[in-house]
Amino acid sequence: MSERFYDAAPNATLVAPERAKPRVYPAKPTEVTLFGTCVMDLFFPEAGLDAIRLLEREGIRVHFPQAQSCCGQPAWTSGYVNEAREVARAQLNLLDNGLPVVVPSGSCAGMFRQHYQEVFAEEPDTLKRVESLAERTFELTEFLLHVCKVDWQDLGKPTQIALHTSCSARREMNTHLHARELLGKLANVERLDHDHESECCGFGGTFSVRMPEVSGAMVLDKTRALRESGAAEMVTADGGCLMNINGSLDKQQQPFRGRHLASFLWERVSGEHRS
Amino acid sequence: MSQRIPVKDLTDSFRGRAVGALADDQLRTNFRVAMDSLMKKRADAFPDEHEREGLRELGNHIKARALSQLPDLLEQLEAKLTDNGVKVHWAETTEQANRIVHSIIEAKQGTQVVKGKSMVSEEMEMNDYLAERNIECLESDMGEYIVQLDGEKPSHIIMPAIHKNRRQVSKLFHDKLGVDETEDVNELIQIGRRTLREKFLEADVGVSGVNFAIAETGTLLLVENEGNGRMSTTAPPVHVAVTGIEKVVGNLRDVVPLLSLLTRSALGQPITTYVNMISGPRKPDELDGPEEVHLVLLDNGRSGAFADAQLRQTLNCIRCGACMNHCPVYTRVGGHTYGEVYPGPIGKIVTPHMVGLHQVPDHPSASSLCGACGDVCPVKIPIPELLQRLRQENVKSPAEQPKVKDGGAKYSRKERVIWRFWTRLNTSPMFYRLFLWGATRLRKLAPKNVGPWIENHSAPVPARRSLHDLAKAHLNQGDR
Repeated sequence: MSERFYDAAPNATLVAPERAKPRVYPAKPTEVTLFGTCVMDLFFPEAGLDAIRLLEREGIRVHFPQAQSCCGQPAWTSGYVNEAREVARAQLNLLDNGLPVVVPSGSCAGMFRQHYQEVFAEEPDTLKRVESLAERTFELTEFLLHVCKVDWQDLGKPTQIALHTSCSARREMNTHLHARELLGKLANVERLDHDHESECCGFGGTFSVRMPEVSGAMVLDKTRALRESGAAEMVTADGGCLMNINGSLDKQQQPFRGRHLASFLWERVSGEHRS
Repeated sequence: MSQRIPVKDLTDSFRGRAVGALADDQLRTNFRVAMDSLMKKRADAFPDEHEREGLRELGNHIKARALSQLPDLLEQLEAKLTDNGVKVHWAETTEQANRIVHSIIEAKQGTQVVKGKSMVSEEMEMNDYLAERNIECLESDMGEYIVQLDGEKPSHIIMPAIHKNRRQVSKLFHDKLGVDETEDVNELIQIGRRTLREKFLEADVGVSGVNFAIAETGTLLLVENEGNGRMSTTAPPVHVAVTGIEKVVGNLRDVVPLLSLLTRSALGQPITTYVNMISGPRKPDELDGPEEVHLVLLDNGRSGAFADAQLRQTLNCIRCGACMNHCPVYTRVGGHTYGEVYPGPIGKIVTPHMVGLHQVPDHPSASSLCGACGDVCPVKIPIPELLQRLRQENVKSPAEQPKVKDGGAKYSRKERVIWRFWTRLNTSPMFYRLFLWGATRLRKLAPKNVGPWIENHSAPVPARRSLHDLAKAHLNQGDR
């Protein structure tokens, strides 16, 4: 796939993701570890299970280590380096078995792939293991697209959806390109652009509670743009944004909702209808 | 909504000013419309993304190299400018810089100063300093003129009056200058120009900023679109340029890519209408130009940023304003919310070195770290990374010796304890699973009042079963 820069909707922030060397993908493995992320664990567990189902559908055995918790991002972005490092070390130790790690949340995958190097910058011995984890870490849509090379038959009814991608995930993991291409494989799904598509939804972890007024203005604009896109629903592969956007829609008493891309994809390819 | 902190207690904070700005529909519309237009102009100015990315990479390298040789380049610049007949002054603080400028004006018994646009002079609050000494300092850039007329500060580093629309400017001119109201932009500009034209001829001293100071040739390069910069630097008998020490570059070849990056990133222009290159005062056989040229080189905390390899990248900035044009926070709250001279993402990373983190404790946190700023920065300053670094310096205890001026402004034992608890939770699998068990079983009892979150969201309700739980049941593989 040609690595294109983000061509967002008219009027949108035109943002070029930093482009590291194009990633070389391995052949499809027989086993992977799923890192569920703390937000999914508590608030969107069904989507995590759907990620497992999607992987199993590709003939992959999925491990879910029960000792996993959080990638450490909340402390890292809040400036608490030592706390972030301790939590990161726990995950690093847990994921040290050489298996590919699939993460159904772009910003957490980005934490493994980009930021652990900074978190452990002063520990040269640890950095080797960090590098190994970075090489083995895949965001879910990236993994399905480039490693599994999925070939799907869309069993769902025709629908129109809007796609939201986390800003950091887009920049660090190219999730917008992966999700778009993956959705493009579904014959009955039309992806609609929305206004200022690449603009932040206002979550930003602790930003949403430290600056609630500014964050609130951002999520109001984002939810309005999503509703006005004409889409039936929004899909995203990032738990934080999803919690922010759905929480705001619920507070506004709007019927429009977003859901995790894993659940949407599973519904399309399994034919299982839930809502 | 009872949870909302009373606005009156916050008026002097970023958050408090943001609340005011967010409630001003006109202000928000002005910024949204202007920033959308600027984003589009920039995008159109870089039709080839590969050329753009290559140029940004080059711009980053040129600035990094210049900074790596900063002391040498500054000395070379001083020597060359002196050869050219320019008097060079060094100022560690804004107070010193003001004193230098004042003494130059005083030596000429000057009473009127006309100023081209200069953010460093804003940093110095030069207008106020001179006004207190009975020297009139008139802004000649149209945007600066508008904000000066209204007793305001610039809200954007390139477009100081961007927070006002044409109707507001028309009303201002009517009120202050006694002219008829008109919403014709050209007519408004003509009104301003007529007033300013006479001032250029009357002024004793012209003050300007500098975009690039070129060491090899001793040249001060200044870009502008209105001609006021050229007037300010050539019409009055004395020209005083003020600039930060980070503006020095090696040679003219270095300027070519930087200039292209600057004008395209700022307003989407291939080049500005005027590019002034000033290499000295009027020579005996020349017909025009000032008799004296001075350069004031200001530090004002820049050497503090320079001393740290990571924070040094702050000094790459060529002041194009693209970061604020693309910032979702700036777009919504406008420049005045930042409460300091430099607003937007660049303001958040540059201001702490100038005034100390205690003065701007909330600046590093007032970002969702979405990264739009870093993605568009023409010299590739990793702004989100530097914001994060400032957050680290901001929560350090005194014993941990913060490395940024007045760091540790947000150090809080209480918050430390919370993060220690969070760490314990996430490093002890048993504790974590116990937490999941409790949160899912007692989900209906989950606190409904979860702080500021519920101002914008319904209270989050944990799922009935955690992913740990669901995955274990599904995979039926125990603790694998």
